[in-house]
Amino acid sequence: MSPAGDSEEPAWPRLRTLGVDGYLVSFGDRLSDRANRAALAFRAALDKAALAGVEETSTSLASAYLRVDPASDATEGVESALRRLMRDRDWYAAQLPEGRRLWRIPTLFGTERAPQLGEAAAAAGLSEAEAIASITASRLRVQTIGFAPGQPYLGELAPEWDIPRQTELTAGVPVGALTVAIRQLVLFAVAAPTGWRHIGQTAFRAFRPEAETPFVLNPGDEVIFEAAPPEAYPDLEARGPDGGATSEPLS
Amino acid sequence: MSAELVVRRGGPQLTVQDLGRTGHLDHGLSRGGAADVLALHEGAALIGQPPGSAVVEMAGHGGVFEATEDLRIALTGASMDAEMGGTALAWNASHVLPRGAVLAIGGAREGVFGYLHVGGGLETPVLLGARSVHLAAGLGRPLETGDRLSVGADDARGATGRQLDVPPRFAGGIIRAVAGLHFESFPEDARARFADMAFTRDARGNRMGARFLPDGEGFANASGLSVLSEITLPGDVQVTGDGAPVVLLAECQTTGGYPRIATVIPADLPRVAQTAPGKAIRFAFVSRQDALKAERAERASRAALASQTRNLVSGPGDVSDLLSHQLISGVTAGDDLEENGP
Repeated sequence: MSPAGDSEEPAWPRLRTLGVDGYLVSFGDRLSDRANRAALAFRAALDKAALAGVEETSTSLASAYLRVDPASDATEGVESALRRLMRDRDWYAAQLPEGRRLWRIPTLFGTERAPQLGEAAAAAGLSEAEAIASITASRLRVQTIGFAPGQPYLGELAPEWDIPRQTELTAGVPVGALTVAIRQLVLFAVAAPTGWRHIGQTAFRAFRPEAETPFVLNPGDEVIFEAAPPEAYPDLEARGPDGGATSEPLS
Repeated sequence: MSAELVVRRGGPQLTVQDLGRTGHLDHGLSRGGAADVLALHEGAALIGQPPGSAVVEMAGHGGVFEATEDLRIALTGASMDAEMGGTALAWNASHVLPRGAVLAIGGAREGVFGYLHVGGGLETPVLLGARSVHLAAGLGRPLETGDRLSVGADDARGATGRQLDVPPRFAGGIIRAVAGLHFESFPEDARARFADMAFTRDARGNRMGARFLPDGEGFANASGLSVLSEITLPGDVQVTGDGAPVVLLAECQTTGGYPRIATVIPADLPRVAQTAPGKAIRFAFVSRQDALKAERAERASRAALASQTRNLVSGPGDVSDLLSHQLISGVTAGDDLEENGP
């Protein structure tokens, strides 16, 4: 558990236990690009350290997570190793992990396929054309993957995109829907109801359960959404699960 | 031609489950697997095979099944009415399902999740390292009428006609938990009330989570709406907007934004999953050290289950055992199979 003394400014990073067999190293208590970078870098270092007794690691928006085998005696050793690693360097200034990729994903903005572009643009104080220009000019990072398998949360958009989620849920957006709220985009891996506004549609499948690579995107990957004209969209859909997306290694 | 288990009557409550799949949290896929992991170990002990074998999980209600070859089966978890050709079958026991015989499993008498184990295990397709259906992730689907499930080769060395004394875990009771990630963001009086209160299992629930209604004022938390989404795990007790806690189960999401006041220890999670609507639980906080000790003890106890099975026919003769025995004895072929194994 977190240390007592709620009145004091919490020190980051912060080590907490999670459940019986887990640890959480958090780099902030709100969504921020620097906390996300630090969490990704810390998790990569954890994986590299390959501590005895560790069964799984992961990241969330601002934390790295680690699970130990409760049957092993590794708990104490893992805890002190985590504290050492936390002090080891300035994680906010650390390099992002290696092995990441840059994706370019063709996207149909607006039209009846993505009916909330106008509404979201207005909430951000932009015209539809300005909204598309702002999003396609952003190189976004997969900050975390969650809610559904393979489904990326991407950020961070320009400050004007700090728009709230809808209070009412949209009954359903299809697979490949690009949605926006709170300076983030979510690219839906499944069809689902959502409070995020549906501004673009891609033919990209982020979760392919039967494929050799079922999870296409990884935390830390970067994505550029490129505007595709409506007449090009049927062709993108015909190109299979990548939907015309391309990727290259990030050095 | 390998043996098959034919689903004569399927339904949305029936799924193939095993111990689930780990290692995919970073890609948003929770472990999944059986809601009552202990029941998997019990069935494995009864049938003499590893606990990772795939089984049929039955949520609240069973189905109708038929074997294309003689199969060894075991029934565990929530006790349900089971009969084979008009003969009642004992629960927490292993039996033979002869070729062509029809096994009909009805509603749960107590508990929520019942399990049908098959000697050799079900050999449905492996997806991402496991056979378990993950409904929330869209991995696999519930069993439908007419499905034919391949059964693995059964070396038949394991016995049938065995039973296991299983301590009841369907009526709620004290559930051990460690402090949750957001424990300290709840006001002190709310924490005290939480540890003191009875919670009644709500009818709402599924493989993702079980909702409980507080026996008094709820646990609304002022900072709840602005909690940053964080890793969630089975056992987490999250307090939703209406102040009623939901205990996350095997198929929960991997991250969530609701504040979590407690995390149920893994050893007590089967009891949470099996607490039927209307039954009540209380949470008892334990230290992490004690929780780790409890987990080690639980693993040792599961490993010892196989040595605790005994012959169904030579049981101590309580009424339900006798009933099952007499009924089984009324069918010559079934009785022979029970006595000798296939």
